[in-house]
Amino acid sequence: MRGSSLRMTGKIRRKASYISWMRPQDILIPLPAGLCCKPGGFHIDPVRPVERAVITHGHSDHARPGHGAVLATQETLDMMRLRYGDNFARTTQAIRYGEEIQLGDVTIKFHPAGHVLGSAQIAVSCKDLCIVASGDYKDAIDPTCTPFEVVPCDVFITEATFGLPVFRHGNAADEVKKLLASVALFPERAHLVGAYSLGKAQRVIALLREQGYDAPVYLHGAMEAITRYYESRGVALGELRLVRGMKKADLAGTITLAPPQATSDIWTRRFPDPVTAFASGWMRVRARARQRGVELPLVISDHADWDGLTATIEATGAGEVWVTHGQEDALVHWCKARGLAARPLDLVGYGDEEEHEVIAADEAEA
Amino acid sequence: MNRFAELLDRLAYEPGRNNKLRLITAYFRDTPDPDRGYALAALTGALSFKHAKPGLIRDMIMDRTDPVLFGLSYDYVGDLSETVALMWSKGGGDYCESLLGHPSPQPSTARGEGAQLSAALSSPDKSKATGKTLSVPSPLGGESQGEGHPAGSASDDRLRTSNLHNNPPPPTLSEVVTTLRTLGKTDLPKQLARWLDELDETGRWALLKLVTGAMRIGISARLAKTAAAALGNKDPHEIELMWPGLAPPYLELFAWLEGRGDKPVNRDPAPFRPVMLAHAIEDADFATLDPADFIAEWKWDGIRVQAVAGRDERGHMQARLYSRTGEDITKSFPDLVPSLHLPGAIDGELLVLREGRVQTFNVLQQRLNRKVVSPKLMKDFPIHLRAYDLLGDDENDLRELPFVERRAHLEAFVKKLRDPRIDLSPTIAFDSWDVLMAARANPANAGAGEDADAVEGVMLKRRDAPYLPGRPKGQWWKWKRDPHIIDAVLMYAQRGHGKRSSYYSDYTFGVWTSGEDGEQLVPVGKAYFGFTDEELLQIDRFVRRNTTEKFGPVRHVVHEPDQGLVLEVAFEGLARSPRHKSGVAMRFPRISRLRWDKPPREADRLETLERMLKDVTAN
Repeated sequence: MRGSSLRMTGKIRRKASYISWMRPQDILIPLPAGLCCKPGGFHIDPVRPVERAVITHGHSDHARPGHGAVLATQETLDMMRLRYGDNFARTTQAIRYGEEIQLGDVTIKFHPAGHVLGSAQIAVSCKDLCIVASGDYKDAIDPTCTPFEVVPCDVFITEATFGLPVFRHGNAADEVKKLLASVALFPERAHLVGAYSLGKAQRVIALLREQGYDAPVYLHGAMEAITRYYESRGVALGELRLVRGMKKADLAGTITLAPPQATSDIWTRRFPDPVTAFASGWMRVRARARQRGVELPLVISDHADWDGLTATIEATGAGEVWVTHGQEDALVHWCKARGLAARPLDLVGYGDEEEHEVIAADEAEA
Repeated sequence: MNRFAELLDRLAYEPGRNNKLRLITAYFRDTPDPDRGYALAALTGALSFKHAKPGLIRDMIMDRTDPVLFGLSYDYVGDLSETVALMWSKGGGDYCESLLGHPSPQPSTARGEGAQLSAALSSPDKSKATGKTLSVPSPLGGESQGEGHPAGSASDDRLRTSNLHNNPPPPTLSEVVTTLRTLGKTDLPKQLARWLDELDETGRWALLKLVTGAMRIGISARLAKTAAAALGNKDPHEIELMWPGLAPPYLELFAWLEGRGDKPVNRDPAPFRPVMLAHAIEDADFATLDPADFIAEWKWDGIRVQAVAGRDERGHMQARLYSRTGEDITKSFPDLVPSLHLPGAIDGELLVLREGRVQTFNVLQQRLNRKVVSPKLMKDFPIHLRAYDLLGDDENDLRELPFVERRAHLEAFVKKLRDPRIDLSPTIAFDSWDVLMAARANPANAGAGEDADAVEGVMLKRRDAPYLPGRPKGQWWKWKRDPHIIDAVLMYAQRGHGKRSSYYSDYTFGVWTSGEDGEQLVPVGKAYFGFTDEELLQIDRFVRRNTTEKFGPVRHVVHEPDQGLVLEVAFEGLARSPRHKSGVAMRFPRISRLRWDKPPREADRLETLERMLKDVTAN
């Protein structure tokens, strides 16, 4: 069943057939390099170097260096430049949310994905058929990026990172309250919060500020550049300091954001009796938290939870759903139970960053 | 309930004892009566209601979820209570409906727009379903009729509010406990469903753990009582003493702890008395001690217990067996109860005796942590109490008397008991430390005879020592036999927890054996203490520099004949174990020295351990 692109007929065909002969797989097709749009001559979030790349957001599993031309939001381009240097692509072009561009036989339009700063869904239209490649997205409120927008379409390509009904992320503010309660209870200890440095860390800081926490927040060095970039784009994060050079005793009672990998390594020895927290949707499952030695799991995710995924699929009105990176099986099953045509997209190279991320490239998300 | 759930949740992840105490004490401070009292009851295992069986929970979730999605989720999560807690969708009888109409967990404009769009775009049968869920959800709708009102007026209030609002207030812990006490079996599923609707994920998880009686969060009753004591800066022993006289929700206990009430009196006829403990003696100590001041006896390798009997108001004899921390363990040893037929309090060691011979700790272990004590178990592992001391004789408290006088009382008491299951721990005659050292080195020749294998060492007690709680300096000394020692090779290392989470501090070590591929190392044990902080740093550095492979949190450390780290491992005993590849299991292994000087090829062999095993079983 997997990968059989010819099964995709049903509603789309019926709906579109009187206008067009086009099938969705004629517009977008999964290839080893990534999702390829042949009539437009580009790939979306390619995992291998290609001539023309359209990129949804700045996480390193989606935004890779070495492409010819790159089309993305200004923020995504800036983040790539920050990480890969000025020559990460031959040419770049910035596009705004709501802006439309004609590429070959197709029109593409960017819409906010609510995932991280600059993240976008890409609507690809050809004649009357519209496919939305949503990249990574979340429909929960996030003070650090433009809110997710539902884009009506015929085919919706959704991620499935948290595509099991056990993943319900709840209110992120409550998780931050949990962190603050712990800081109040253990004022002589340092609180180390593992958070991916692109997006999650800034969101956690913003949530802390929303709760009225106005003490300096400390940063692992690997987070500095991207966090300063967020500030430069108008995201207010309050007073930030680097951990580097701090005396151990002075870190008592403080909160430090660090790449997840750093929270269980030698680096932590500079902190007084640290409490290890981790902000991630995975923290919903106890075994996952325990496996990582996390003492204070914070369920804060930059991906839609199960309810968010299913509500979004419904809301797009798409008759066909392609499911990628994550728990495809459950979401495909859910779609089919609702009479929607659905299939897993066998794209590799996305979303498995959780187990493999290292400090140098920790920005991959979970 | 949600606050209690938060506590359980946090405790489940917290590795440090002191931090656990802080968390529990903070909970007691912030939570009003009677909730905190029921929490204390839950943590000390003092709550007993008919537990919901896992089968019931499974049936409940099957009724309201898609079986395929449940299967995938359960596979992923691996724990039934947790899966149900996470998957539970409010008010759903029909899963299709509940999936469509989930209430948004956070205010999300996007989601709101989405819902409208969905209604507009979806086919007629879909909009019907959506329409249903767009109307004000009534989680308890249809259930309020014919409801048994088991929780009384509180439950009625909730029913009413729940019909007006989307989110009825979650139940309090007290409400859950008191309702469950009186609730009939047939009403249980409906009541549980209502609570599950009202609680959040963590609340549901805690509720299911509570009702299925499977909390397993690493909290002992003792720890919970210590946390309660900290609320009023009291000695936990005081709580231990009064505990048998208290009942949930412990209003008078908390009143006393907060200085609002008198100290509760324990009217228990067989109360626990705080235990006196010994210090380990060092070589240097002997120079300052006079042998004439001390009585010596064997240190038996069993379980230290306090066996107490007394008459209640109606004149019935009540007998209890307490662990050294004051936990009531009578239920595990019903075969000893008839022997405690005289009022008094004996401090002694629990042992297994077969044909008059003391068995090793490995044998005794078969009787520990059993849920059901079968007649066969009692017959195959006959329990015995070897008496060290007498703390009370009928109404008389003997604890102020010097040890030598208590010993005389004890001898008379044991004689009067005339019970084959209770005997005296013999004293060891000695007039110099050298004589005692010889006895310790060879207990078999110094009076312990065939029981020598169950001797862990020697106890020294000052003749004039009163029975004092805790570990008073200079009164009692323990002088353990030297542990067994082997040289083993470090094979795998794992990160520790809590403070040690940045260190590789859990070590799997092995010894040589001849295998199919020639000489190879076979793991024989794991140890995570015994080393100094400085040594930990050294091993950690070694592990990081000599890792050959990583499996998740485990590092495979180089262990070749000429490359690797030899650890001197000390341990107390050895048992056969079919569960271990090597066939042996060590008791209380710890790292006693780092043998940087020794190449791995010179480490010990499995045969050495097997020989030790034979020596033990042959005796």
